[in-house]
Amino acid sequence: MTAVSARSTLARREARRFHLFVSPWVIGFVLFSAGPILGAVVLSFMDWNLLRPPTWVGFANYERMFTDPEFWESIENTVQYGLGSVALGVSFTFLLALLLNQPLRFQGLFRTVMYLPSVVSGLATALLWLNILHPDYGLINKVLASFGIEGPGWLASQEWAIPGLVLMSVWGAGNTIVIYLAGLQGIPKTLYEAAEIDGAGWWRRFWSVTVPMMSPVIFFNVVTGFIAALQSYVLILVMTEGGPGNATMVLGLYIYRHAFVYFDMGYAATLSWAMFALVIAVTAIQFGLARRWVHYEFK
Amino acid sequence: MLVETAVKPARPTRPGGKPLSSEQAERVRRIRRSGAYILLAISSAVFLLPFLWMVTTSLKSDAENLAFPPQWLPDSFNFDNYAKGWSGSLPFTRFLLNTIVITALSMAGNLVSCILPAYAFARLRARAAGFMFAALLATMMIPREITLVPKFVMFSKLGWVDTYLPLVVPEFFGVALYIFLLRQFFTTIPQELIDAARIDGASELRILWSVMLPLARPAIAAICLFSFVGNWNQYLENSIYLRSMEKITLAQGLGMFNGQYVTQYNQMMAVALVSMLPILVIFFLAQKTFIRGVTLTGIAGR
Repeated sequence: MTAVSARSTLARREARRFHLFVSPWVIGFVLFSAGPILGAVVLSFMDWNLLRPPTWVGFANYERMFTDPEFWESIENTVQYGLGSVALGVSFTFLLALLLNQPLRFQGLFRTVMYLPSVVSGLATALLWLNILHPDYGLINKVLASFGIEGPGWLASQEWAIPGLVLMSVWGAGNTIVIYLAGLQGIPKTLYEAAEIDGAGWWRRFWSVTVPMMSPVIFFNVVTGFIAALQSYVLILVMTEGGPGNATMVLGLYIYRHAFVYFDMGYAATLSWAMFALVIAVTAIQFGLARRWVHYEFK
Repeated sequence: MLVETAVKPARPTRPGGKPLSSEQAERVRRIRRSGAYILLAISSAVFLLPFLWMVTTSLKSDAENLAFPPQWLPDSFNFDNYAKGWSGSLPFTRFLLNTIVITALSMAGNLVSCILPAYAFARLRARAAGFMFAALLATMMIPREITLVPKFVMFSKLGWVDTYLPLVVPEFFGVALYIFLLRQFFTTIPQELIDAARIDGASELRILWSVMLPLARPAIAAICLFSFVGNWNQYLENSIYLRSMEKITLAQGLGMFNGQYVTQYNQMMAVALVSMLPILVIFFLAQKTFIRGVTLTGIAGR
């Protein structure tokens, strides 16, 4: 056997092993990702309530969506919630990460405390915050009351329901803090030393070294934070079911309601493509804006 | 910027660049450090307060719970809220067992189905590998709402609604995030170790089992934790697929509690605390590994 054919036999054997090893994932990909995505395309052109056989309706679901005022309302709520939770979350957690990055005692303890809420996030979080945001008996309004301020109705009021949910989302943003910490530890110490020799004070070092060096990480957190916020609705489902009125009816919840409450599967599939479009659009805008403020060391 | 002179130890300076005396510098440093401690203490308190509130609420009597003006602390500890909430009209022990079964099966499925593909993506060459890896990354970015409806239709056609199958079976076919995370870890293991094992005549599975897995223990621990927390907290999919009272999970039970007794916050908080106890215990035992797992990959669990 020549060297070349021996090598190709080996390569073939390696490729065969590769295919064998990845086969569980490939089967899963076809069954639970690619297949359902194609299914969602087909469903969005159908009218189907699971009981009667599905009927082909062409673009009717899409036409209905564009003229559905509740749909536009849900888009508005989703964007409001996304902007609020990202703006507050990304800036507040950045400050916390800066603090947690200081070489101080009990550092591990502080980090654990701030990461903790994101581990328990789930139904318990929703119930807890339902209690915290209660207009009369809730923690926040009690704290406000002890300063003589009358707190808002939070989830009971149309204006304050989304801000209340935003507060809850910031509380559970431990993952963002961890990602910031990883980024902060990657900034070369020599940059700070050089800046210090040049006479840069703390504030100057922060703006001229930390912020530009961290801008890719901030960008990552903004993009993934938006994507997560645009898709989040499970806690909202438990806490407000979209109310009061339609004040917290976000797009994910609207999809859920059409699919699993009204069993309007075709329209729900159409709405899910609207969510996809929204995610893509917001991400594209982020990448467009990034050129103005994100600093990469190697272009 | 030119730095030719010998680098002096960093010392705080005024914005103008005038160096401070070492005494002044020490004082500035000390003030800064105590400022940082104070800020950290305040923010930790903000993060912990909701948990403390949960504990005190769970110990209040019904009257204290609804007292107006509201009361901060209970006069006496009403531990019977735990007993009343847990064994009230909802069978929480049953829900707990269901949750344990689903979580254990899903975790086992994740481990089996993620290690092999991760190893293949990290260490084996094939022509389709690049394309498949791109597909893997793409599945991490597509909103799950898109597949939610067709998956429900598929599982209901199979007659799987109100069984554990829709929740457990997909877990045996790999989770993109975990495969990606493990693959990143496997690529950092030196090739020499693998070559040495090959020369000793080890098979591919043998290499994976006795060379890669022991070294990848932190990554595997992180995946176990992600998987545990994710499945334990899972609410949406459970409530879509599970209907009957004897099959539903803790998270669903808590949701029902919320619907049934809106004002019984004390009992609700007691049950909610019990339901998150396993996660709190595991997190405290393994928080170093957990946070390292997140940091290493730069990817956060859901």
